[in-house]
Amino acid sequence: MAHLITGLIFIPILGALFASVASRGYGRAIALGSNLITALLALSLWRHYDAAAGGMQLVERHVWIPSIGAEYLLGLDGLSLLLVLLTSLIFPFALLAQRMPRGFCALLLVMQSALYGTFTAQNFLLWFLFYEMSLVPAFLLIKIWGGAKRDRAATKFFLYTFLGSVAMLLSFLGIYLVRGTFDFAELTRLGPGGLVPGKAGWLIFAGIFLGLAIKVPLFPFHTWLPDAYEAAPTGVSMVLTGVLSKMGVYGFIRLLLPLFPHELKILGPWLLALAVCSIVFSSLAAWVQSDLKRMLGYLSISHLGYCLLGLFAVTATRVAAPNESQAALSGVFLQIFNHGLTAAALFYFAGLLEQRRGARGLADFGGLMQRTPLLCGWMSVAMFSSLGLPGLNGFVGEFLIFKGSFALAAGFTAVAVLGLLFTAVALLRAMQALFSGPLVESCREFPDLRVGEKWVVVPATLLMFALGIYPQFLFGLFNSTVAQMARLLAQP
Amino acid sequence: MRVEIVAYLWLIPVLPLAASLFILGLSGKRRGLASGIAITGQVLALLLSLAAFRPTLAAPGYRAFANFTWFTFGTQTLRLGCVLDPLTAVMLVMITFVSLWIFVFSVGYMAADKNFTRFFACLSFFSAAMLGVVIANSLLLLFICWELVGLASYLLIGFWIEKPSAAAAAKKAFITTRIGDLGFFLGMLWLYGKSGTLLFYDGGNGALESAALVSLGASATFIALLIFCGAAGKSGQFPLHVWLPDAMEGPTPVSALIHAATMVAAGVFLVARVYPIFSSGAVQGVTTSLSVVVWIGVITALISALIGLAQWDIKRILAYSTVSQLGLMMVSLGVGGVAAGIMHLLAHGFFKALLFLGSGSVIHGCHEEQDIRKMGGLRGLMPVTFATYAIGMMALSGVPLFFAGAWTKEEILHATSLWPSSRVPHFLMLVGVVLTALYMTRQMIYVFFGSRRQAAAHAHESPSVMTLPLVVLATCVIGLSVLLTPAWPWLQSYLLGERTVGESLLQPGLFVALALVALGIGLGVLIYRRVGESDPFARTFPRVFRFLEERMWLDEFYDATILALARTAARVSDLLDRYLWDGLARFAGVLGDSLGGLTKGFDERAINAGADDASGAARAFGRLLSARHSGQIQAYLGAVAVGMLALLLLYAWLT
Amino acid sequence: MTPMLSTFLLLSAALFCIGLLAALSRRHAIFILIGIEMMLAAAGLNFIAFWRFGPQPAPPTGVMVTIFAIAIAAAEAAVGLALVIAVYRHYRTTNVDQIDQLKG
Repeated sequence: MAHLITGLIFIPILGALFASVASRGYGRAIALGSNLITALLALSLWRHYDAAAGGMQLVERHVWIPSIGAEYLLGLDGLSLLLVLLTSLIFPFALLAQRMPRGFCALLLVMQSALYGTFTAQNFLLWFLFYEMSLVPAFLLIKIWGGAKRDRAATKFFLYTFLGSVAMLLSFLGIYLVRGTFDFAELTRLGPGGLVPGKAGWLIFAGIFLGLAIKVPLFPFHTWLPDAYEAAPTGVSMVLTGVLSKMGVYGFIRLLLPLFPHELKILGPWLLALAVCSIVFSSLAAWVQSDLKRMLGYLSISHLGYCLLGLFAVTATRVAAPNESQAALSGVFLQIFNHGLTAAALFYFAGLLEQRRGARGLADFGGLMQRTPLLCGWMSVAMFSSLGLPGLNGFVGEFLIFKGSFALAAGFTAVAVLGLLFTAVALLRAMQALFSGPLVESCREFPDLRVGEKWVVVPATLLMFALGIYPQFLFGLFNSTVAQMARLLAQP
Repeated sequence: MRVEIVAYLWLIPVLPLAASLFILGLSGKRRGLASGIAITGQVLALLLSLAAFRPTLAAPGYRAFANFTWFTFGTQTLRLGCVLDPLTAVMLVMITFVSLWIFVFSVGYMAADKNFTRFFACLSFFSAAMLGVVIANSLLLLFICWELVGLASYLLIGFWIEKPSAAAAAKKAFITTRIGDLGFFLGMLWLYGKSGTLLFYDGGNGALESAALVSLGASATFIALLIFCGAAGKSGQFPLHVWLPDAMEGPTPVSALIHAATMVAAGVFLVARVYPIFSSGAVQGVTTSLSVVVWIGVITALISALIGLAQWDIKRILAYSTVSQLGLMMVSLGVGGVAAGIMHLLAHGFFKALLFLGSGSVIHGCHEEQDIRKMGGLRGLMPVTFATYAIGMMALSGVPLFFAGAWTKEEILHATSLWPSSRVPHFLMLVGVVLTALYMTRQMIYVFFGSRRQAAAHAHESPSVMTLPLVVLATCVIGLSVLLTPAWPWLQSYLLGERTVGESLLQPGLFVALALVALGIGLGVLIYRRVGESDPFARTFPRVFRFLEERMWLDEFYDATILALARTAARVSDLLDRYLWDGLARFAGVLGDSLGGLTKGFDERAINAGADDASGAARAFGRLLSARHSGQIQAYLGAVAVGMLALLLLYAWLT
Repeated sequence: MTPMLSTFLLLSAALFCIGLLAALSRRHAIFILIGIEMMLAAAGLNFIAFWRFGPQPAPPTGVMVTIFAIAIAAAEAAVGLALVIAVYRHYRTTNVDQIDQLKG
């Protein structure tokens, strides 16, 4: 059981090798096969992870480059496990979304491996390696297989995120020069005492913050996202929104929160304001988009804004309120998973509509409910989940985030709640445009859901219901991690 | 025994929910099965509700709850639960009973619709969500079911999905109620933060129990007002009432369900349920939050009664009457007449369902015509509908003795007259009573009396599957008048949890109300006795009439202010995104680009050029030297000789 | 007149210059070879002259060197002639003007 995580990281790479040399037409099958194996590995990780104990488990530590303090250090806590499970869930769906050539599948697998690595690495150099490794396939996937405007979108995506990465790398080099270590656990221990004193500390904080804020993205560093999501092929959009955007939130939780508690506390109100802007402005902007994927992109920004709202509310608080912190952190964790699932499902549906119609403007559709009731019905479920309807997965996370952040930062939360309203407006507008009214001529020949598509839609939707009605099975994963984290943040 | 019933209370909403899911799985052709399952689910829920009702009669002030853990987060747990008390019990019975007959009616009304099964699935779901609201022992569970009620209304109002107006009305209903729900949500968060629990009753630790109420302190007012936002949204209180009339776009049974038994009742029920928060810290029964409730209720009741006077759509008139009656109930709750308000809610549930189903029957008979100007003289053609509709109308107007609405309305008026802070609501409500009688008389005369106009020409009585519910509900309305009679106010004592049945509530005010109702009806008959295509009121005061007919231009007002503002904000944030933020990013890009251009120029012009020149010189020198290497031995030899000579000379010169 | 060292040296210098001139000006490889042999002979004459007019008695180093030089010159002539023949076979000429493959 010692090398489960390593297996998880390297099997997709192997799969990518096989897929890229396989004969035409077998690429997707091989990729799906590799995903089956990694899914089994992820499940066995779940089995071997002792949720009650919490903390870092299943650690693998090997010497890598001793002269610069780089170790091959992998480990898993509740948050990492949650994200590993999410990755294992989204990738097969993304592969099933479209019939794509073997190069596409291979690149997607490379990205998968990078994501597993990012979520489990416990040493900055290793983490950064994986973090960057995910960027290149994403760039290529958008650039080669994207829609109109793909060149521009891909370049913008790459430059934006790469700028952030460079800033982050410099910051970590700065930390290494002062503290002489890249180990997360070590740095976390040093965090409360202040990692780097003086102005340099602020510079270092700014570098890491910039890198992560671009990745999430946080307002106003978000403008690469609508373009990228719009241009990317369906499967890639699903992965981008479902998993890749979580790298940023994960970075916030794993790096920024424990390493820079003082800076975050001082900047607290400003950061909260940014998160609220993220929530409100993006959902407002989603309201007037005419392109379905672009609209979903904006909603994605808004939903990730909730995560950041919760995190910043926890860090900005001046009094120790472990109960509220627990609520907010639990909400954020749950929201990470829920948003991954729901947003990926919505992009999947957008892809289905685009395949059928050859376009994805809201004005290109109308009256679909009469022609394709199943597609519309299941898609409505995903949409209602996205607007936070109770009984579906979106609600519980948002409720807990707001519960925690309302107690910690009531004013900001009260404004942020507007995001719930605008999200609903945007989604209902889309629903009205797509499903109701008279059937549009160009949609008259639409096929309803095919069997293969049902294999994606039905399990995903059932999972949404399951998470909305009985969220305990996810809470069980990370409750102790949340409690430990809240205790850590409550330290003076 | 007590505990057992409450432990199974969750079955009451789950049965209709299961029915709904099962019907969704059916093919669209199994019509009989679908309606059968839905009605069975409703009957079972009704039986269970009656079973739950029985123990609450046994002891005054009965209250039982069953809480369970939903999930644990961090080291905390979130618990939900069911509660059974008189309020829940009567609401359960009313909802299941009225819904049942609406279901039966729908079998006839929707017989020709191609989405018959989907309709019954949605109806069952609607009923399930509403029952969930009623049994919830946790504000969170209540909120969850509350939102599901909103979803169900969205699905049902927009049921005729190919009609763009229906889709727009559904969206409007969902969004408008959600605006109120935001307040509710914040209120809930606040309450949770303050009291640490969302359970209503938890053996002394619940949010509605004294310990928690004391800890709320001054914030109770704000929490109550925020929660009231939600109630105002769902119950169509001013200024969030605009969705209710538009909700008439749905099929008529849906209107009946929304306006009588379920959705709009939820708001009043919510206020009654969390009443301890509203009344926390009351001086003589008056708190700020309750005063707000009273005034909002008064405004709503009057505005909508006036608007109802000038509408032409048979369902819209009823819709405005619903809004008005809900305002009345809110007033009642606000002035402290909780029992009166709930009793009016119950009675209203019955007679409004009756009226809506009756209007459905009329519309069905007149071939989907809803304009009362085109009806007339239907009393001979649709005798059953006419008789039952008349009963409903009299109950709504408040004709005393045999009609349920009269007693409860009288009690509300009585309660308002006792309100210590102001007498104005009392008098305004008396005006409301006159207006109600007036617009209902107008409607009756337009629809059932006078000459038969276009749509009435081929009208016919509805099939018995539709008239049977009318008869049953009409009987209940009369029967309820016995239960609700103020001479023996057991229901009031039951709801308030008092040990003994109080003394007779017959008041001299009753005669005032009676006189006002008579005045209203008499005026109505007088004004509207000769009606045609136009309205006598409209002829006399055309401007006022037009103002009311256009619903005081409130929709247009909202459209021009709040909605326009929000739309502009949306457009602005999109433009900001495209041009400002993205522009900044692009500017940075351009900066980088020009910096690149600069370094490129330096490279090409300075560094590269220097290197080129140096290498060019080296080449030229090399070419020069290589020219000396002719390959001819003698030349080399000569060079050696010359060199030798030169060396010799050098040597000679040096020594 | 008694023979003087300078007489020998002059003779040797003349011989050397003639050899050098031949080596530089003739076009035929064999004549160049002959010129070189003449320069060698001049060098040998110098050795013997310096030995003969140096302090006596002395070991016969000058004679010995000259004898060696003559032997080597013979070997050299053999190799040189062989080279000339090889060059001729390859280029069909012994004219050194035409053999300029070494030019840079």
